[in-house]
Formats: sequence, structure tokens, C-alpha cells
Amino acid sequence: MRTRPRRQPKADTFFKYLSAGCAFVLLALIAGLFIELLRGSSQSLAKFGARFITSGAWDPVRQDFGAASSIFGTVVSTAIAMLLAVPVSLVIALLLVELAHPVISRIVGTAIELLAAIPSIIYGMWGLFVFAPFMADYVQPVLGTKLGFLPLFQGPPMGIGMLTAGIILALMVLPFMCAAMRDSLAMVPAVVKESAYGMGSTTWEATRRVSLRYCIAGMVGAVFLGLGRALGETMAVTFVIGNSHSISASLFAPGNSIASTLANEFAEASEPMYASALIELGLLLFVLTFIFQAAARIWLRSVGLTERAKG
Amino acid sequence: MSPSEMFPVNAGSSVFAARGAAKGEHEADITELPIKVSVRNLNFYYGGNQVLFDNSLDVPANRVTAIIGPSGCGKSTHIRVYNRIYELYRDHRAQGEVLIDRANVLSPSTDVLELRRRVGMIFQKPSPFPMSVFDNVTYGLRLHYRLSGSEIAGRVESALRRAALWDEVKDKMDKSATALSGGQQQRLCIARAIAIEPEIVLMDEPCSAIDPIATAKIEDLIGELKEKYTIVLVTHNMQQAARVSDFTAFFYQGRIVEFGTTRQLFTSPKQKQTENYITGRFG
Amino acid sequence: MKPRSIRSRRFVDRAVKVLSVSSALVGLVALAWILYEVIRRGIGAFNISFFTKAATPPGVPGGGVANALVGTLLMTVLATVIATPLGILAGVFLAEFGKRSRLAAAARFASNALIGVPSIIIGLFVYGLLVVTTGGFSGYAGAAALAIIMLPIVARTAEDMLNLVPDSLRESALALGAPRWRTTLGVVFRAARAGMLTGVLLAVARISGETAPLLFTALNSPYWTHSLAEPTPNLTVTIFNYAMSPYHDWQRMAWGASLLITAGVLLTTISARALLRGKI
Repeated sequence: MRTRPRRQPKADTFFKYLSAGCAFVLLALIAGLFIELLRGSSQSLAKFGARFITSGAWDPVRQDFGAASSIFGTVVSTAIAMLLAVPVSLVIALLLVELAHPVISRIVGTAIELLAAIPSIIYGMWGLFVFAPFMADYVQPVLGTKLGFLPLFQGPPMGIGMLTAGIILALMVLPFMCAAMRDSLAMVPAVVKESAYGMGSTTWEATRRVSLRYCIAGMVGAVFLGLGRALGETMAVTFVIGNSHSISASLFAPGNSIASTLANEFAEASEPMYASALIELGLLLFVLTFIFQAAARIWLRSVGLTERAKG
Repeated sequence: MSPSEMFPVNAGSSVFAARGAAKGEHEADITELPIKVSVRNLNFYYGGNQVLFDNSLDVPANRVTAIIGPSGCGKSTHIRVYNRIYELYRDHRAQGEVLIDRANVLSPSTDVLELRRRVGMIFQKPSPFPMSVFDNVTYGLRLHYRLSGSEIAGRVESALRRAALWDEVKDKMDKSATALSGGQQQRLCIARAIAIEPEIVLMDEPCSAIDPIATAKIEDLIGELKEKYTIVLVTHNMQQAARVSDFTAFFYQGRIVEFGTTRQLFTSPKQKQTENYITGRFG
Repeated sequence: MKPRSIRSRRFVDRAVKVLSVSSALVGLVALAWILYEVIRRGIGAFNISFFTKAATPPGVPGGGVANALVGTLLMTVLATVIATPLGILAGVFLAEFGKRSRLAAAARFASNALIGVPSIIIGLFVYGLLVVTTGGFSGYAGAAALAIIMLPIVARTAEDMLNLVPDSLRESALALGAPRWRTTLGVVFRAARAGMLTGVLLAVARISGETAPLLFTALNSPYWTHSLAEPTPNLTVTIFNYAMSPYHDWQRMAWGASLLITAGVLLTTISARALLRGKI
């Protein structure tokens, strides 16, 4: 009777420390990642300093590197993606929660889950071989003739480029935002919705004036979610953005995002300074996505919501 | 043992003995009063399941009509047909006629938005919108009308005064409505509903989630509101029905068992079932 | 009071409804279009050699992606074997022991942060950690990168599923005298089993489609894998290389490999979600 209680704690303690160790691995990984990025980019950080961010140069021969063109590409493609995907996600979420027949909801809901599951490289393949030619043959010429007075739509309709990258990015980000928005909208209590409709509101009036205000926190969280994914998306963008270190006013022009630069060039970066500059790009992307994710989580926690794990 | 079983006196009649003549109580024969809502042979279904059977009822104008009955007997379902709020749910179906001022509002040609402006609804759980007190009251106004700033302010104050809430919130107009107490929130919902000058106000157990003091305030309010509006009050609290209403309908298992003046129904019910319910033998 | 026009209110409402339906249709069309093209172009590459032979130089017939398929399977299995127990135990810590612990709060934060890191950055990290230090690209490095992607997903899913198990279940087991570790591994696990398995399956589906983290870790190779300590062929980087090449037969094989990956990922995802819906 005396020995048994003493044996239990040992196994329990071992178990506790084992699982704690595994949890610690998570910490070690994120810290190690940051440290490793810093270490790898130290050469570039030392040589270029702050002007790395503003310099549009990218010359491996003369070893002059700047992040501006990559940052520009990341920002513009993400902006296009968000401009397209946020309203579309919202109205699809509205459809799923308020308007659709349950069967239709299930079909659309499944389609969204499938879109979310398709790997990035498949979007890239489809983008390069199917969608970009479609853009070049049908969409860009029309945009060029109708809206060509805007610098946004000038230049040869090559298919690949900033606009196509933005559209494909929107398609990739849409399912995640839509699912999050749908979950948010579904949490508005029935009595609040009935009160809004009971006052004589149309569906859109009740949604815009009452439901959206009720779940605005979750909505903003969904947008942050989409933003974070768009910033880091690599393969699809790499296939269709055109791989050019240029900053252009035209959406038809090719460009580069931070991720696509890395994907295209890292394997061939033989000189240490080249590799270091690329790693510094990676560091920038890491910091950028980290800040957005942290801001989103702080926002959600401050309004009392927490993220749910989605596989 | 319920209190009614302990004191085998008709619950309602004791209330009548206590209160005497209520403020503005009319004993008029119902056939002389103008009828605001006339329900004719209303049947209602949840999917394949019928829950209201051949309901027919005449609701007199500018009076308080209470609907009482045990829980689950269809009281709320019944009044939710008046403003067609049941249409939010796919498999809810109504059959029959609901005539408001002799026009059937269940017909497809009725404009539901206009109907809901004329028929307001207060729910069991207070449901302030996630916005300021002021914005809550102006919600319906801005929905249906174009008003200048001064007009709006005037109507807001008037609605809040008539809901007996003005003094309590006049300094908090910009504060979030969710910060108010339960009783205040419910009066805010009433102010919100009457701000657009409905003709009928449906109240679905408005006091069941409210403390007794706030309940008393709201019951006084109901008595005053009937001057301008026709009130239909669903309640599971018989004493409340006896205190506040002019006419009462007793519902049981989806059917209207009896309808009459409140005094008559509580003191000398015509149906055995009504009497059993009122004396607390079930429910 | 001037009434607002009901006609214009209804018009706006209808316009939004039309927009909703159109947007959903756009989504459905996009999905159908993608799946259609992947299937149509991918099937064109399917033949016996595709599934049984390794890569051949462009223009030489009879090539296949068999070596890449094997490489992907090996690395995926290795990554799963590493990340699943680690992730589940980490999730156990976060759910069972870590309610008030500072380590748990920090680990949870780290887990969320890791999930948000773009997978190409993970590739960079493993490059510096394993490729530079060992002097070469390897399948181990690739598996490590995939494991790092899987780990926080498995941990967070495990934590969520374990948290769903009611405390009364734990207390009953403990009251019977079971030690903590047996309570967790036996009773609590069994209750959370379906959910955790789903989480692992979804994570596996996710990493099997990943390209970026393998770009500078496992690289790619036209040969059969003899050892994971050297550059390891894999489907995803093969797709990348072949697609970017100017050779039509290679591009066709890229589509074939794309169909393989898409079918695998979608089937795994669908069965994982069906499993979850069936059990919960």
C-alpha cells in the first residue's frame, strides 16, 4: 500500500515532462526560425541596411540587391486578391447562411472545401497553362481597349502578370475567408435577426445594418486570415506572375513577389551575398506575415473570440 | 403543488377581486367594437407536422388581447403569422386567412415590408441591436422614411417617452444599447417598435426574461399603449393576462378553445378545459 | 414623414441576391474548370511507363514519374511519423497540463505563429539548419521541412479535440484510481480519437501537395531513391521543373503528376471530413 502511490507519480511526471518537451519544440522552432533567418541574412543586412527595402535594384552580377520590386509585387498581388475576394466571400457567406436552400448550401459549401484543399502548385499549373492564355486571349484585350486610357491596363496582353496573379490569389484565398465569414454570420442569434426583419427590413438591410455589425469582429478576423494567406502564397503566384524584377504601373506587366523571387532564384544563388539577400527577403516576408497574424489574434482575443483549428 | 392547487380559488377571479376596475377597462360587448385583426381558419405546419388547427379569432382594435395556454400549445406560432415572420424559415407553412383591416395579409400580393411596418413585434428575449440607444430607436425610422435631423430627434424622444424609458436613457443616447439592464432593453425594443407608428404591436411573452419590478413597469406601459395601438400579448402568466388585458383567448394544443372578455373568461369560463387550466389543474 | 421607396429598397436587395448567386456560381465554375482541366490533361499522360518508370531526358519516350511518386511517399510517411507523435504529445500538454502554465501559453502562441509562416520560409529554415550543415540536399531535409509544417497543425487539432472531451470523463477515470498518464492515453484519447485522426489526415493531405518547402531541401532528382540522404525525387518539384521547361512531353507529364497529387489530396481530405462527420 505504501509503494503503489509512489510509483504513480514517476510515470506521471515522465509523461508530463515528455509532453512539455514536445510543446517546447514548437517554441524552439519558431525562435530558431527567426534566428536562422537573421543569421542567413546578416551579410545582406550589413551591406545594404535600410535601403534594401527601398531599392529597386536586383543585379546578381554586380551584387546589388533591393527588395522594392519584390515587396511591390507582394503588395499589389495581395491587394488585387483582397479587393476581389473580400466582397465575393461576403456575399457567398450571406448566401450560405441566409438565402440558400439547404441542399444548395451543402453543394456550395463542399465546393468551397474542395477549393481550399487544392494544392498551390495545381493552381499554378492551371493558372499558367489554362487561365493565363484565357486572360491573354479574351480578358486583357477587352480591358485594354475599353479601359486602356488608364495606365493600369496598358501594355501587351501577355496573360501572365500582376493581374492574373491577383485573380488566382483571390480564388485561393476565397474559400478560407468565406468559411470564416459564414461561421461568423451563423452566430448571430435568431432573435436579433427576427427583430431586424420584424421591423420590415429586406434581407440585405437586415444583414448590413444588424447582422454584420453583430459579427464584425469575426468578419475582420476572416479578412486578416485571408490577408495572411495571400501574403505567403508561393507556387501559384510563381507560375503566373512573370518573374520580372520590375515595378510597373500596369497590371498587365510581369513582376515578382517575395515568395516567387525565392522560389525562382534560391536554388541557383551560388554567391553568398546573393543567397543572403534572398534570405533577407525571406526574413521580410516572415516579419510581415507574423505581424499580420499576431495583430489578427490580438484583435480577436480583445473582442472575445478565439481561432478554431482547421486542418 | 402549485399555488392554484393549494388555494382552490380561480386564480383569475382573485385578481379581479383585488384590482377592481382597471384603468380604462371597457366591458363593451365585442360585437360593437371595431375589429383590427380577423383570423379565419388558420392552419400552420412545421414541415409535415401540423401545429395550428383551424384558428379563428377576432382581435378588437385598441384593446389588449391576451393569448394564454400551456407551453407548446401554439400561442407564439399563432401570432408569428400576423407579421409573417415565420417566412424566414423554409419549411414553415401557413394556410388560411389573416385579415388586417379586412385585407388578407397572407396573400402573395401583400407587401411584407409594409406589413411589418404596420405590425410591430416584441420578443421574449430583449434583442437590442449592437448599436447605440439612439440608433436602435431610429433603426425603423431610417429604414422606412427620409427624415431631417430634427424630425428624427423629436420622434426618438417621443417614442422613448411613450415607452417610459426617456428619463433613464436621455443622457446615454450614444451608449451601446447592450449596456442597459434587461428591463430597459425590453422597453428600448418597445420604443424601437413604436417609433415607426405601427397599428398593431405583437408581444411574445415580453416579461418572461425580465425581473418583477421591470415587469410591472412594462405592464403599466401596455395599459397605456393600447390608446394608440392594438396589442396582442402572448403570456404564460395568467395573472399578468388578468391584470393587463381586455380580451383573452385560451389556446390548447394548437386550437383556440375559448375567447371572450378577460373578466368573463377568468370568472366564468364556458369550456371545461379553460376552467381546468385557469384553476391550475394542468399547465 | 416622407417614405423611402420600397421599390428601390427591394431593387438593392435583389441586386445583392443576384450578386450572391453569381459569386457562388463563379466559385463553382472555377472549381469545375480546374478539376476538368487537371483530369483532361492529366489523363493524357497516363500510361504504363508513367507509373512504372523513372524520368527520361526530354524527347526520349517511356519516361515516368514513378521515382518521384516513391520519393513523395517516402518523405510524406517520414514526416508523418515524426510529426504525429510529437504533435499529439504537444497537444496533450497544451490541453491536459497547460491550462495555467506559461510554457503552454508560449507554445500555443508559437504553434499559431508557425501555422502562419509561409511554407517557403520553412524551406529556407531547414536549408540553413540541415542542408548547409550537412553539405547537401537530402530527403531527410525535405521530410524535416514537411514535418515542421505538420507539427503545429497536429498539435492544435489535438488540443482542440482533447478540450472537447468533458472533464467528467477524466474525473471518473481518475476517481477509479487510474494514474494520469493512463487516463489520458486510454480514456481521453479514445474519446478524442476520431477528431485527432481527422486532423492528422488533413495535415497529411496538406503536406503531400506542398512544393515550396522541398525546393531547397530535397531538391529533386531524375533517379530512383537509394537513400534519403541525397536529393530525393518528388512529385511536386517535378511538376514545377517540368512545367517550367519548354518540352511538351515533360509538360504533359507535369499534368499527369498534377492529376495524381490532386486526386490523392482531395480523396484524403474528403475521407477525413467524412470520418469527422460520421463520428461527431
